[in-house]
Amino acid sequence: MSFQPIKFYQTGTFTVGNRLLPDNERSVQSTVRRTNSLNSGHRACQGCGEALGARYAIDAAMEATEGQLIAANATGCLEVFSTPYPETSWQIPWIHSLFGNTAAVATGIAAAMRVKGRSEVRVVAQGGDGGTTDIGFGCLSGMFERNDDVLYICYDNGGYMNTGVQRSSATPPAARTATTAAVGPTPGNVFGQGKDLPLIAMAHGIPYVATAIVSELRDLEAKVRRAMEFRGARYLHILVPCPLGWGHDSSLTIRMARLAHETGIFPVFEAEGGEVTGVSRIRRQVPVEEYLKPQKRYAHLFSPKPREDVIRRIQEAADRNIRKYRLLEEA
Amino acid sequence: MLKQIEGSRAVAEAVALCRPEVICAYPISPQTHIVEALGELVKGGELSSCEFINVESEFAAMSVAIGAAAAGARSYTATASQGLLFMAEAVYNAAGLGLPIVMTVANRAIGAPINIWNDHTDVMSQRDCGWILLFAETNQEALDLHIEAFRLAQALSLPVMVCMDGFILTHAYERVDMPSQEQVDAFLPPFDPRQVLDPARPVSMGAMVGPEAFMEVRYLEHVRQMRALELIPGWAEQFRDAFGRDSGGLLHAYRTEDAETIVVALGSVLGTIKDTVDEMRARGERIGVLGITCFRPWPANTVRDALAGAKRIVVVEKSIAVGLGGIVSANVRTSFAGHADTVYTVVAGLGGRSITRQSLARVFASAAAGTLPPLTFLDLDHGLVERALARERDTRHSGPVAEGLLRDVGLVAARIS
Ligand SMILES: Cc1ncc(C[n+]2csc(CCOP(=O)(O)OP(=O)(O)O)c2C)c(N)n1
Ligand code: SF4
Ligand SMILES: [Mg+2]
Repeated sequence: MSFQPIKFYQTGTFTVGNRLLPDNERSVQSTVRRTNSLNSGHRACQGCGEALGARYAIDAAMEATEGQLIAANATGCLEVFSTPYPETSWQIPWIHSLFGNTAAVATGIAAAMRVKGRSEVRVVAQGGDGGTTDIGFGCLSGMFERNDDVLYICYDNGGYMNTGVQRSSATPPAARTATTAAVGPTPGNVFGQGKDLPLIAMAHGIPYVATAIVSELRDLEAKVRRAMEFRGARYLHILVPCPLGWGHDSSLTIRMARLAHETGIFPVFEAEGGEVTGVSRIRRQVPVEEYLKPQKRYAHLFSPKPREDVIRRIQEAADRNIRKYRLLEEA
Repeated sequence: MLKQIEGSRAVAEAVALCRPEVICAYPISPQTHIVEALGELVKGGELSSCEFINVESEFAAMSVAIGAAAAGARSYTATASQGLLFMAEAVYNAAGLGLPIVMTVANRAIGAPINIWNDHTDVMSQRDCGWILLFAETNQEALDLHIEAFRLAQALSLPVMVCMDGFILTHAYERVDMPSQEQVDAFLPPFDPRQVLDPARPVSMGAMVGPEAFMEVRYLEHVRQMRALELIPGWAEQFRDAFGRDSGGLLHAYRTEDAETIVVALGSVLGTIKDTVDEMRARGERIGVLGITCFRPWPANTVRDALAGAKRIVVVEKSIAVGLGGIVSANVRTSFAGHADTVYTVVAGLGGRSITRQSLARVFASAAAGTLPPLTFLDLDHGLVERALARERDTRHSGPVAEGLLRDVGLVAARIS
């Protein structure tokens, strides 16, 4: 069978209709090859972006490794909602040890596989933004620096959600959390220096670093597949909207992810050996208000007194990303 | 084979004979020579089929060991003092997960004030973490205990700490009898993990457990650890048969027959205590020694039997429960049929303070005479302490305690010279 090279975009997205694609290019999620590694029945909130991201990523990793996968999981929503024993959603060998040591646990598993000559078995470590950018940062950096054969996936929902939505170093400026209340002259989170973990990962010079969003399923899967083509430390940072913590309707999870990308707030790119090798461009830059407004964590920016000054600063950061990653330019 | 080597080297070679598959290394005195030696053995190819991982912290060291053990590899690390505290969360985790990791703790004081010398406060901070805790009296015993530790760990699916006194043992060059690979292989069966992460048989490990079963998980951890009390004595005999010497076991009694006073202690100080006891015995005093090798699980019945004939117990311990007194003595009290008042606590050797035969003889005699206070700090410089207390009474802003004491020590020294 031959295929006509076509460009076909569903309304408002770059998502190519699956059925128009040759078999090997279809998303894992849309085929019978899907392993349901994170099976249904878990206790995530309705519309949880983290549950979605984990299912996409781990199923893709399972496909890439032909089922030879072991996962280490940090404490956090994903761990808690997936394993209220005796129930477990995991169909793969999976271990939860602690909040801050997941990268190191994965290093240990990888070392065990190496010493046992089981090089076909690959290791994924996964955790939330708190477990990654804050408490697990030391172990993660150590794993990068040694270039251990681990794919680390961070599910970034911009806060410590499992403990009731507190601020992490990945919480965006101005966002309200339980520890950055929307009160006083500068409501919500501070405008700090940020802690751009994908860039920090790249600075380690590891073979592969990528960011992804749950609204671009095939892109996300392709990045997992690509990551699995490398040996050594790899890092995938997935933005996962959290209806509970962000205060958006649970039907808007995919839209929020897409808007994060199209506003420039969350650049989607990949990098090899510390250099950016590809970016997901946007056709039309969306003003940040469209992303901020549906989220209650930003409600104080719109009422009772609109905070155009704050919104402008958020817009400036998005503009910087668009310039920096050339998100609007033609390839 | 007889060798004249450093204690750390002896332990490293013994660990290598146990065929570890993953070793995690992070430096801290006085443990460092052990992992240095192992690193050399791995890099030089003498220890093959082993991954040696230089990690970025002790927390990572224990965590890598957790991952490796969960994936079915025989795992080892070593630490001391601040390092043990830095990994504490993972130490408990390894026990809770039931992972057979072996770790050497080269015992050292805990800061502040920072102090690199020997005492037992590091391991005592973790005494109830779920690990089996073994204490070595000599370098020979230290190396032997590691071989037993690996066997114990994998038989019970529990982690084991082997404690050896920092510097006193780790840095002492002594003659040791290093077993052959064949001997160790015969004693230590290959690792057949009870639970393992394997794509062929997927399991979830480390899941959340609520009130409905958490008590049971802990109960089983306790039961499993208590099983060591049944295994260790028989294995000590097997060890004697296989290696031709006594090492390990739950405890060692020395001249306790007919003893009215029994001194209880852990680790290398037992040597000094035995010498002191010999001298006192020569003077006709009825005194003996009980060395505790296995501190966790606590061998309550065996200790009770060993102490049964004594009138009084003197516990010499290199640790202190601030606000209470003795830690070891609190354990001993649970296993002594005599009156609790007749169990004396002697806190000794903190931060590397020498424990001399003279001072020991003095407190033992005082115990026999009934004049020893329930809690004694061996060779405490009372003058120094009084000056510090006076300073605190007189001035609100009396400054940092340790620095004040050192200043006093300096003044005293200056006056003497
Ligand atoms: C050492 C330690 N500190 C704190 C906690 C409490 N804790 C558990 S999960 C969690 C939040 C997790 O946040 P994140 O990693 O972002 O994952 P999320 O729940 O948002 O997916 C916290 C603070 C813990 N379990 N261990
Ligand atoms: S709080 Fe957020 S991350 Fe956690 S389960 Fe709910 S939606 Fe998912
Ligand atoms: Mg989070």
